[in-house]
Amino acid sequence: MKFMMFVCTDTEPDADPTAAPDIHEWVAERDGRGQRVLGSVFAPPSAATTVRVRDGELLLSDGPFAETKEAIVGFDLLECADLDEAIEVARAHPMAYAGRLELRPLVDLD
Amino acid sequence: MTDAADAVAGAGVEAYPRIVATLIRVTGDWTLAEDCAQEALAAALERWPRDGVPANPGGWLMTTARNRALDVLRRASVERRKLRDLALLADPEPAPTEAEEDVVDDRLRLIFTCCHPALALEARVALTLRTVAGVPTADIARAFLVTESTMTRRLTRAKTRIATAGIPYRVPAGPALVERLPGVLAVLYLLFTRGYDADGEPAFASEAIRLARLLDRLMPAQPEVAGLLALFLLHDSRRATRRDADGNLLTLAEQDRSRWDHAAIAEGRSLLARAGHGPYALQARIAACHATAPTAGATDWAAIAHWYDELVHLRPTPVIRLNRAVAHGFAYGPTAGLALLAEARAGGALDGYPPALAAEAELTARRGDPAGAAALFRAAADGVRSEPERRALLRRAAELAR
Repeated sequence: MKFMMFVCTDTEPDADPTAAPDIHEWVAERDGRGQRVLGSVFAPPSAATTVRVRDGELLLSDGPFAETKEAIVGFDLLECADLDEAIEVARAHPMAYAGRLELRPLVDLD
Repeated sequence: MTDAADAVAGAGVEAYPRIVATLIRVTGDWTLAEDCAQEALAAALERWPRDGVPANPGGWLMTTARNRALDVLRRASVERRKLRDLALLADPEPAPTEAEEDVVDDRLRLIFTCCHPALALEARVALTLRTVAGVPTADIARAFLVTESTMTRRLTRAKTRIATAGIPYRVPAGPALVERLPGVLAVLYLLFTRGYDADGEPAFASEAIRLARLLDRLMPAQPEVAGLLALFLLHDSRRATRRDADGNLLTLAEQDRSRWDHAAIAEGRSLLARAGHGPYALQARIAACHATAPTAGATDWAAIAHWYDELVHLRPTPVIRLNRAVAHGFAYGPTAGLALLAEARAGGALDGYPPALAAEAELTARRGDPAGAAALFRAAADGVRSEPERRALLRRAAELAR
């Protein structure tokens, strides 16, 4: 199954900044095992544009759709057998230490 | 109850988790699995009194539940593969040994899935009670102080989450097992305390013991499982003597030791031989010291203090520090106990915690200050929610004021 892994900041990171693994090793290993389909880092929330259409009128606003202290700063699309495998992938990511990761399964529409 | 009804109850206890676990594995449908297991029990209650109890009651229940699932799925015309797998489920009449292995795995899978850490702790406990132990939703709702419809919704949400979040139906292997087992044991422990607490649902303690026994049989090489089962048995051995005729809680010293369940104590002690020195095993060793003392006065408090010293290394929680202080107080005098109690209280974690006040009261009384102790007992009584506990504390205060 596919999981969207949202990479987020957190106001309370791990106390030991040297504990987090290396991001390049993580990407190489997960790409090699076929667990990472694609992923990227986002431009800062201030670069976001929110789009709505109401009564036929286009409404644009600057900034992300929800204002919070924590921000989504990137994503990885994972291909894993189940949640346990996705958790194994996520816990090895440096942002599991410096921030937080949200695993959201993609609904299989077939 | 008639003999046939007894047979249904007896066979159901053993068969229910097997049936649910097997049907979930094949169909992936939790609700269907539970409904069919329930319907098989209902069918047995109707037919066994009339037709006689079958030679293999568990097998009969499994076959009936499987056929019911086949009917439902045929009507819903689901994928052919599930139907085929269901039809292939060995007819368990002659109790084949190979199928037995599969069934054992199914029940473990079910326990580990219900106790998955990606579910909220309350959901894990409720789901384990409902799905593994087969406890009616209404009884679970009562223990959690919610309505039956609220509990039904929670259980449905938990089952839906297992499917949508991608929680696997599997027993973890290797290092993952070591990481996950404590979570499973924590659910059983919570289940036990829900049954053993002053206002608890006593049946839950029995369920916890049954599940711990099952887990111990399935995973005999895991010392903490044996330790947890030993802990349950040793505590539960006192179940019949914990209250007087009016429902008041009795202290260990006040209980009639001849009425403790000595078979349970013997079983608990024999389990300790392979229970190691994990947190549950250490608590079981402490419980064994109490359970084997011929009188309260003959309790080996030095041994208990020693086990608490080990336990506090593994689990340096305020409550364990508190209990350690009490043990040292009995072993080495109230002054030693009060000194450790002051340490446990540093940081304020035990502020207003009634058992800490009660412990201070007990130590103060033994140091020769009955008036101070009585005031502390009354303060502890003010803080407890449970009526039997409140009465027990006030009774101690009254005794000291005399």
